[in-house]
Amino acid sequence: MNVVPQPAFLAVDGWALGPLVALTLGVIALLLLEVVPQRENGNRGPIVSLLALGAAGWAALRVAHDKRVLFEGMFVHDPMTVFFTLLFCAVGALSVFSAWDYLKRTKINQAEYYALMLSSIMGMIVMAASNDLVTIFLGLELMSIPLYIMVGFRRTRPDSTEAALKYFLLGAFASAFLLYGIALLYGATGTTNLARLGTFLYDTPLPGNPLLLVGALLVFTGFAFKVAVVPFHMWTPDVYEGAPTSVTGFMSAGAKAAGFAALLRVGLRALGPIQADWTSLLAVLAFLTMTVGNFTALMQPNLKRMLAYSSIAHAGYIMVAIAAGGQEGAAAAVFYLAVYSFMNLGAFAILTMLGKGRDERVLVSDLAGVGFRQPLLGIAMTVFMLSLGGIPPTAGFMGKIVVFSAAMKHPALLWLVIAGVLNSVVSVFYYLRVTISMYMKEPEGEGVHVSWGAAASLAVLLTLAATLYFGMQSQGLWVQAQAAVAGLL
Amino acid sequence: VAHLPWLSLLVFLPLAAAVLVLLLPASSARTIRLLATGAALVEFAVSLPLWWRVVPGAPGFQFEESVSWIPSIGARYHLGVDGVSSLLVLLTTFITVIAVLGAWTAVEKRSKQFFALVLALEAGMVGTFFCLDLLLFYVFWEAMLIPMYLLIGVWGGQRRVYAAVKFFLFTMAGSVLMLVAILSLWFTQRNMGGAPTFDLPTFYAMPIPPEQQFWLFLAFAFAFAIKVPMFPLHTWLPDAHVEAPTAGSVILAAVLLKMGTYGFIRFAMPLFPNALLVCGPWIAWLAIFGIIYGALVAMVQPDLKKLVAYSSVSHMGVAMLGLMAMNSQGFAGSMMTMLNHGVSTGALFLLVGVIYERRHTRKIADFGGLWKVIPVFSVIFLVVMLSSIGLPGTNGFIGEFLVLFGAFRHDILWATVAATGVILSACYMLWMFQRVVFGTVTHEENRHLKDLSLRERLVFAPLLVLIFWMGVAPQPFLDRMQPALDRTLQLTQARAVQSAAPAVPAAPPAAPAADTAQGGVR
Repeated sequence: MNVVPQPAFLAVDGWALGPLVALTLGVIALLLLEVVPQRENGNRGPIVSLLALGAAGWAALRVAHDKRVLFEGMFVHDPMTVFFTLLFCAVGALSVFSAWDYLKRTKINQAEYYALMLSSIMGMIVMAASNDLVTIFLGLELMSIPLYIMVGFRRTRPDSTEAALKYFLLGAFASAFLLYGIALLYGATGTTNLARLGTFLYDTPLPGNPLLLVGALLVFTGFAFKVAVVPFHMWTPDVYEGAPTSVTGFMSAGAKAAGFAALLRVGLRALGPIQADWTSLLAVLAFLTMTVGNFTALMQPNLKRMLAYSSIAHAGYIMVAIAAGGQEGAAAAVFYLAVYSFMNLGAFAILTMLGKGRDERVLVSDLAGVGFRQPLLGIAMTVFMLSLGGIPPTAGFMGKIVVFSAAMKHPALLWLVIAGVLNSVVSVFYYLRVTISMYMKEPEGEGVHVSWGAAASLAVLLTLAATLYFGMQSQGLWVQAQAAVAGLL
Repeated sequence: VAHLPWLSLLVFLPLAAAVLVLLLPASSARTIRLLATGAALVEFAVSLPLWWRVVPGAPGFQFEESVSWIPSIGARYHLGVDGVSSLLVLLTTFITVIAVLGAWTAVEKRSKQFFALVLALEAGMVGTFFCLDLLLFYVFWEAMLIPMYLLIGVWGGQRRVYAAVKFFLFTMAGSVLMLVAILSLWFTQRNMGGAPTFDLPTFYAMPIPPEQQFWLFLAFAFAFAIKVPMFPLHTWLPDAHVEAPTAGSVILAAVLLKMGTYGFIRFAMPLFPNALLVCGPWIAWLAIFGIIYGALVAMVQPDLKKLVAYSSVSHMGVAMLGLMAMNSQGFAGSMMTMLNHGVSTGALFLLVGVIYERRHTRKIADFGGLWKVIPVFSVIFLVVMLSSIGLPGTNGFIGEFLVLFGAFRHDILWATVAATGVILSACYMLWMFQRVVFGTVTHEENRHLKDLSLRERLVFAPLLVLIFWMGVAPQPFLDRMQPALDRTLQLTQARAVQSAAPAVPAAPPAAPAADTAQGGVR
């Protein structure tokens, strides 16, 4: 806690809001600077975004050990906020790196892209820091609306536009569900504040109250859509495939983490007292999500689509941790989200490099022979795939360890753990297909062109380092994850 | 020198060499080969002191290194060695030298990556044998799959991709359930009030309720039985062996299969002795069935490599039978069989590789009359073949004899039925040898085959020395393994008694307390 005497109180509050302020300033700067013409393919967008993200991360770190409740209890600054703020800044920075060359190559290098991305990150931070259903909704919209536009950023391509429209329509439905759920919860309990909701339910459990039940279900549906939990996952493959690759990477890591962060807050803070009633429902959903994701990913020829289904499967693994509940389950989910963000962003950073000019080569078969022609890219992709499959010594393996050990605590969830590990065997099959293509197949004709760029390479190197480091030295991240959820219960 | 982390050095030396090899330019094929061979030789030299510095009779593990790894869950970087693992590591480092030397000319394409992967694989194998922490063991156990998968998949034969994926998925499917069992052990230990840990010696001291043991044992045994491989989980082996490049087959047969039996000795048997009592006879019968089945299937194989692969199923069945006999002779015989199989089958795969390199076929029907054309090759083939059959005077004999002796002491029927498998092994090997080496030259292409080069003779020389040394004077080997094996056996039996009667461990602390209380009253 803060040891500085009270006059510093305002300063702490200021710093706690620092990340949001920095990102807002970044957005404004990006948009205003558009007045000043820059040469084609200038680097202003990414540089300004990196500065804003750096400032945001720095502000969060300055008050990393403080705890504050702001705006009449609507916004909390606690270890979880700090953890997720830093995670989102990292995701943002890595996404900027992988977008840098990709946007120029595909001729969509516009400052608006970065402005939208920064506001989306702002929404993610608000979601993770919300202590009130209304703020969560604000954050969700602030995150989603820029994403709808980003998905459709390659507006000359019909699949991009289609994806944007699909995402927008279904996203609007999900928002409506969430809002309706919030309204019902308010009707049942008389408050939208998470802490007060929790206290109310603790004192008055309201068993079988239809308002509460339906409200909670609708709120969950809203989140389940965002994080792509079966049966609300239908949008994922089309949107992931149609969106520009740099956007897919960004949303697969960031939006998922934000959705789960808010879900954790609502689940533990507000609905914690009735958690036990949910365990079996969550367990079944976790099982379905893992299994449907993995089995549909098996035969996808398109890497972006395959990774879309894989992201559904990973949402399932995280759901296992959430079904396990409690401190350990929540910490495991947070740990897994961080690990997943790095390995998945790494894989997408590599995808942004495949192809020449506006051309995108993202079929599994396009990778034929790449492993030996581009040894570093091959090794990095192999590590990401193995990590996604949960093979040691990578971060994905440690993620699975913490998730499954959290679930093992409940003897009733043993079946889910066994289903989970068997699922990871299934998943290895399609992740191996990528290595098969890279190392064991010869390309027909020329083989795919790899558009190397300094920034994208940096993104790959950083994520590769993180994936290997957290695989072998996971203690630090695990302690941080535990600290992040410690205040929730 | 005393404080040198010797075991870690042994684990990471090949890994460092692998990275070094990868950094060389691909054009310098000669430098790559020399560096890889040099690294394998240095690793072997560094591992040699395991022969005399590991004290066979000393209790527990030696040269232990224990560093905190993930404190929150109690995982440690814990290495140690005893009489069993020291011999297996020596086998590993020895076979790697042989495999690397044997692959000098066989691998023309992408030799840099090939040798780097062989060295990385060596690091994984050595690490697996040294691990005394269950989580670390699992990490090495799984990580080891990756280099082997790539070796088969990139440098293998026609159906290499299929074989590589099958190898990976089979092994992984087996081991994920072991992971669940490891986590379950971790919880059991924590629920008993202990600090969370994955430490093997701690689990050795922990009583596990027999009903829980059963499932945990099944999970562990499943993972290891796939690796051994035991009938009916062996189907990945013929594919992997046939498709793998020679060096891959050699390492796979000589070392990777031993991981399974080693897993039984080190983990599955001492940890879950009560379950072993229930499942042991079943496993023994599966092993016996595997001995005979492997031999019968080997007999009808038209492909030399497939024949050797099925003979592996048969031989590893012998090793498993020895373990299930649960007596000193059976254990020692099993361990000897593991070493022998490593040497003899490794040599057989090399020999097949030698003629494959010359003729690009492995069909038995494509050969015949080699004795006159390539006499040196044929003589070596004869010796290795006889050692694989288990002719007295060669290494194969002592292992099979001890296993059958141990099985006989446990159950006469086991020994009787298993012995027929030994006879069958003579049948398929001699018949194969007759068709390949004796008779007249039936194919014109074989008339001008070149005999072994100097390098190839150098590869086979140490293998022949070992075949005769272990056959004529096995005592130095038995001396080194016997105390550790006997300790495992005693531990298994003691734990069986301890876990079967859960009241027993609680009694000793209670009894002295009662005594002192009475003393106080008096």
